[in-house]
Amino acid sequence: MKNVAIRINGSAVAPPADPRVSLLDFLRETLHLHGTKKGCNQGACGACTVLVDGERIVSCLALAVQYVGRDIVTIEGLAGQDGPHRLQQAFIEHDGFQCGYCTPGQICSAVGMAAEARRGLPSHVTDDLSARRIALTRDELRERMSGNLCRCGAHNGIIAAIAETYARAAE
Amino acid sequence: MNPLTYARARDAAEAVRFAGARDATYLGGGTNLVDLLREGVERPAALVDVTGLPATITKRRNGGLLIGAAVRNTALAEDRDVRTRYPVLARAILAGASAQIRNMATVGGNILQRTRCAYFYDIDGSRCNKRTPGQGCDAIGGFNRTHAILGASSACVATHPSDMCAALAALDAVVHLEGAAGARTLPLTELHRLPGDHPEVETLLEPGELITAVELPPLASGARSAYRKVRDRASYAFALVSVAAVLEVKNGRVKDVRLALGGVAHKPWRAREAENALRGGPATARAFRAAAEAELDAATALHDNGFKIELANRTITAVLAELAGRK
Repeated sequence: MKNVAIRINGSAVAPPADPRVSLLDFLRETLHLHGTKKGCNQGACGACTVLVDGERIVSCLALAVQYVGRDIVTIEGLAGQDGPHRLQQAFIEHDGFQCGYCTPGQICSAVGMAAEARRGLPSHVTDDLSARRIALTRDELRERMSGNLCRCGAHNGIIAAIAETYARAAE
Repeated sequence: MNPLTYARARDAAEAVRFAGARDATYLGGGTNLVDLLREGVERPAALVDVTGLPATITKRRNGGLLIGAAVRNTALAEDRDVRTRYPVLARAILAGASAQIRNMATVGGNILQRTRCAYFYDIDGSRCNKRTPGQGCDAIGGFNRTHAILGASSACVATHPSDMCAALAALDAVVHLEGAAGARTLPLTELHRLPGDHPEVETLLEPGELITAVELPPLASGARSAYRKVRDRASYAFALVSVAAVLEVKNGRVKDVRLALGGVAHKPWRAREAENALRGGPATARAFRAAAEAELDAATALHDNGFKIELANRTITAVLAELAGRK
């Protein structure tokens, strides 16, 4: 099925027959993976963020048929056999949410963000574009997570959870 | 969304062949097109996915770079040659959209993205000459704080939203095209049109013509470049005004300068009046300000966007001063 299937959390799935179906609707309505949330449905809020081959994207602006042959990980695929992902645990400890609606997108986004920083991708607030190592300061985290909105205003807890999980390792 | 077909092209020739179908449109990362399909602003019958086309960045013998149109925005900003030799381009991309969208969006799609004019999107409630030619423009008498101050017409005051394109305009980038009639190139500054009487025609592309690559000429070794974006939020917002600048100063005088503005016009706005005023003259704050004013002399304010004229003046002056002062 490699060239005709989408891999989602490790399982090969046939793509939708209708090319108009977004990856977000495919996950939620066809596969009943309700962890990925629909917020604005126009790429502005980040609630639908998932990982594709380790890179974060907004699944609302993705047509599912374009992702044949790719490896998708949603919030349901992040936790291991032995409990939550360490970033999920950090969100709990730092009160990184109130209503929880944006949380799956925040967590998937932060996992992708950490990978970007590890390979040295600069951001808008990085002073030295040629630097090979990125220090994940609070300013860096806020800029890099600006594609994920939280209307409860839990951003301070979100940043604290991400900083505890990833910032020390990157510095 | 209307019913449509989907085909993934293996190469440019196949993409062009697929695009010969009735009402076909090319699909890159989808970050703009999927939204437009959903809103009913775009109604193609066929999608031709061109994300499988070459996504490589290669060095040219002359020292320039050739960037495949399918290169993702993140990959372009991350490229070491772009970061070290064309910082204006890396900075412009990193100032645009969100990380998720930059991971999806392609170079070709960024160039061909549509305006974010709210009246253009509002198919049920607003008139728009760009969406429905001849209908009228509700932006001109409406809330037009984000609209154009340069090159607009009585038919359309929309702006081109791209940060990347402002940088490409300042870098004298050349767009490589392939169509049914063969391959050709166009300077990026000539690809997009001003609205005139036909705002629905946004580029000089022929029907079915495909952007295959963007070429960056080499920069002089003494040239420095920068991008500054002014927006309503610190991150993840479109530009009110942005300035892409390449400056080469020798013995206190401007040896070469290239300036482009984003967020102010229907196309990436190359500021040639300002460049002409600067070239060969002193590299001083006073000269920078005078050059900015020469460029903005042609600017026209709508009801809500008059602030953009002074904002553009100040941003041009500040970016040039920053580049001239940097050691």
